[in-house]
Amino acid sequence: MSEHHEHTVLADDPRLKLVDRAMKRLQYQPDALIEVLHTAQESFGFLSRELLAHVAACLKLPESQVFGVATFYHFFTLRPKGEHSCIVCTGTACYVKGSGEIVHRLEKELQVRAGQTTADGKLSLGTARCLGNCSLAPMLTIDDQVFGPETPIGAETKVRQLLEGSDDKS
Amino acid sequence: MSAITLTLNEELVTARQGQTILEVAREHSIHIPTLCYLEGLEEMGGCRLCMVEVQGSARPVPACITKAQEGMVVATDSETITEYRRMIVELLLAERNHTCAVCVQNGSCELQTLAARLGVDHVRFDYLHQQLSMDASRERFALDHNRCVLCLRCVRTCDAVEGAHTWDVRGRGVTSRIVADLDRPWGESVSCTDCGKCVQLCPTGALFRKGATVGEMVKEREFLMRLLERRRAIQGRQS
Ligand code: SF4
Ligand code: SF4
Ligand code: FES
Repeated sequence: MSEHHEHTVLADDPRLKLVDRAMKRLQYQPDALIEVLHTAQESFGFLSRELLAHVAACLKLPESQVFGVATFYHFFTLRPKGEHSCIVCTGTACYVKGSGEIVHRLEKELQVRAGQTTADGKLSLGTARCLGNCSLAPMLTIDDQVFGPETPIGAETKVRQLLEGSDDKS
Repeated sequence: MSAITLTLNEELVTARQGQTILEVAREHSIHIPTLCYLEGLEEMGGCRLCMVEVQGSARPVPACITKAQEGMVVATDSETITEYRRMIVELLLAERNHTCAVCVQNGSCELQTLAARLGVDHVRFDYLHQQLSMDASRERFALDHNRCVLCLRCVRTCDAVEGAHTWDVRGRGVTSRIVADLDRPWGESVSCTDCGKCVQLCPTGALFRKGATVGEMVKEREFLMRLLERRRAIQGRQS
């Protein structure tokens, strides 16, 4: 069955590693589905089809059942909320090295609270507890790119550049 | 298996411990309308058409999932119950688009039969007029969401009998829909074996054989019990 799943889209993504670790920790128990989806939602900010297919294959669950659960609970979203997403790691290593300040600065300067999307729908800001790249602490992801060690100003600049870039295109 | 005695429509009947009210009623040729229930599939108690009154219970109970108990006094029909059942059918009719005149299942549809039997001649609720889609991407079969009553027979049979679990339900409440795999067109489903079991057991014209014209779709249900019996026999041989 697994040859039908497009795992390649996701390989090497630190956010995916977080999901994989959660599944491993829960010993790939099918009834851990909701917990795994929680981790996935928090790491990616939304649940893509590829991600759901990956979770279904790993937990040996029917895809339709995983899809049913993902669409039943309002906590889960299937589409990215903002055009872009920035997830700041707030795991222990990143936190100790100041990821709290990064989140704080982004929240203040970009007028968005962690877990939410800017009023213009351009950016979703999120936090995740350990994206598993502690050597890069404090680290974050912007869309599918990984950055770290990062500073509050550096993070803000990168996000602003991205948002302006997408303005130019439109 | 111990025997119990209960009162069913003012008659004393005996039943086996563990039987549901519906099973006992059927054994005694008492008709209770059902929609989501189908002998052989796991009961889910979803449609509530099988509600009956039990003395001492403030609310009606679904007969298909309520076990008969010693001394129970059950009434399978009353004015209130009939009224509730009518309302359920009317709500189902109002929620989607059941246009019998153009349906392949016209004449052998379980929803249509229920409505006729309960004397539903008009719908007191506003129709939602939802424009739902039709999935005709599979070669032999199609799914018209407009006619789906969410009985989940397709989901249950595909999971427990065929073992493919192609179908499940997306969303909740009025936005619920039957979905194949990750909400793919059915024709692109990788899990479906094309066995047709779901099509045969669907009570309405929601799942149908392509090419069938109005009123042409006659569903064959006997295979289910036959198959389950065969399976039990095979398991007996193996153990
Ligand atoms: S045709 Fe068979 S395998 Fe395919 S969805 Fe229906 S019951 Fe499942
Ligand atoms: S498609 Fe048919 S069998 Fe499946 S839930 Fe809808 S009405 Fe029931
Ligand atoms: S037949 Fe009992 S709830 Fe549907």
